[in-house]
Amino acid sequence: MLLYLGKKIDILGLVSATFSDSLVKHIAKLSNLSVSDEETADFARAFNDSLPVIEKLNSLDTTGIEPTHQVTELENNLRVDQVDSSLSFTQEEALRNAKRTYQGYFVVDRLIDQD
Amino acid sequence: MSAHAQAIANLTLSDALQKVQRQELSREEIYEAFDHESKLADEKYKIFLSKNPDALSQAKQRQDLPLAGLPIAIKDNFATKGIRTTASSTVLDEFVPQYSATVIKKLEAAGGVVSAKTNMDAWAHGSSTETSQYFTTLNPRNPDYSPGGSSGGSAAAVAANACLAALGTETAGSIRLPASVCGVVGFKPTYGRISRQGIVAMASSTDSPGPITKTVKDAALLYQHIAGHDPLDGTTANQPVHDLSLALNKGVKGLKIGLIYSDYQELSHLKKYYEDVLRVFEEAGAQIEATNALDPSYAIGVYTVVQRAEVSSNLARFDDVRYQKGRDFFGDEAKRRIMLGTFTLSKGYADQYYNLAQKVRTLFLSDFKQLFSRYDLLISPTTPGYATRVGSSKESALFGELADVLLEPSSVAGLPAISLPCHVDPKTNLFLGLNIMAPAWKENLVFQAAALYEAATNWNTWLKQSS
Repeated sequence: MLLYLGKKIDILGLVSATFSDSLVKHIAKLSNLSVSDEETADFARAFNDSLPVIEKLNSLDTTGIEPTHQVTELENNLRVDQVDSSLSFTQEEALRNAKRTYQGYFVVDRLIDQD
Repeated sequence: MSAHAQAIANLTLSDALQKVQRQELSREEIYEAFDHESKLADEKYKIFLSKNPDALSQAKQRQDLPLAGLPIAIKDNFATKGIRTTASSTVLDEFVPQYSATVIKKLEAAGGVVSAKTNMDAWAHGSSTETSQYFTTLNPRNPDYSPGGSSGGSAAAVAANACLAALGTETAGSIRLPASVCGVVGFKPTYGRISRQGIVAMASSTDSPGPITKTVKDAALLYQHIAGHDPLDGTTANQPVHDLSLALNKGVKGLKIGLIYSDYQELSHLKKYYEDVLRVFEEAGAQIEATNALDPSYAIGVYTVVQRAEVSSNLARFDDVRYQKGRDFFGDEAKRRIMLGTFTLSKGYADQYYNLAQKVRTLFLSDFKQLFSRYDLLISPTTPGYATRVGSSKESALFGELADVLLEPSSVAGLPAISLPCHVDPKTNLFLGLNIMAPAWKENLVFQAAALYEAATNWNTWLKQSS
């Protein structure tokens, strides 16, 4: 049993984890997404529906099994470290899809010292 | 005009290529025919998001190349320089790429032309095109039904003769499922065989681009031009791409084939069709039998966790700094996937969910390894049933995952596979697909068996007509 934002989440049980509205809103914040109250309730329901399918994996014996993160078994598959100007954008091209630009630069929201 | 246009639109890619090369047909005639036919199909089935206004002039410049300037429809998640690329999400509503995906560059270098961009599930999240933020595509075989997804627009374009051939992408079923329910051929290569560079990323550890075509031969033709190592995609391998002209006529004599998932509870109603499939391969000299595999329903959990986790990371980059529209434009499905992925990767949960899923992924890889120590190829139904009615995706938060259940194991294992028609219900005109899988890098075996099956049966609509 784990405690998360004050809510009980028993991840080892079969159909046990519960997504509360406050947990959904917290995840939305971590995901840099804004969700309405209606969406929050819908998403909580959808996540609660999805979790049993994931938790079914606990019924398999994975003792001593290594996780697989990629299937090709390629290692250090790097390209030659050379500038290829055909792959570079001009400044104008790089900015073409930006919402806000200023004198040839991207404009971004201030992230630090907001207070 | 109309009958002539229809006859041209009905050509397979290989036949159109032959006619153009023999000068029996001009590029102008082909582009005029598709202008006409794709417009009609688009009105009926809602397939295209953008058209390439320069297609014919590009075709003329490429007439001496292997694909002779022929038009190919492209799923809207491939970056196409100068042509809007939305991945069916309004987040990218105004995004006009400054570059083309490696696959598009290869296709163009071989003489192919991007004719139009096809509708899909937004960000490729779904199995019906119903998560597209623009419109839902209908199944040309029966418009009360879904064309499947996420490459539903590409499969519908092929089925409706709105293009000669198309490209799609598959993460877990997104090529094979729509191909199956639209009665066309869909090929998913080994993961790492075809470059992902320039494709709107979904789940980077399984995303695989591939052809959706009228015939197996057409799939082989397109595949050979877009496959191979790409220095811009570190997950592509330096493996030689087989010459498939041999594989297409080789047959299956002496091959050992295992039928899997035939005991899966949801499939008992399909049994009689698979007995037919077994008979075809047996008569062609293969040894074939039913065998047990790890329960595919576990792959739903693996895929749900791994895919959401990778989505949450891949879609983090989409904001208004570089793409005009901000994150408020994400639809519900994308938001749900980003958030579930963020949750399963978050501190305290990564072990219980993400790492557990990746361990079960290892179990699937080991299971395929032992199966391929006994069989050259594995076959299964592509889907648990026929196409679903338009609108059914709203019935479950895991609609796509359930529809793709038989394809997820081979996807998380990165195997090459194809779906081709193996039955049609005369009452509804809806198709079933046969899924053929091979060990990694053995695409030639997939094509060998698929070409044999297609030639030995009468399910392919285009070959049936010309025979």
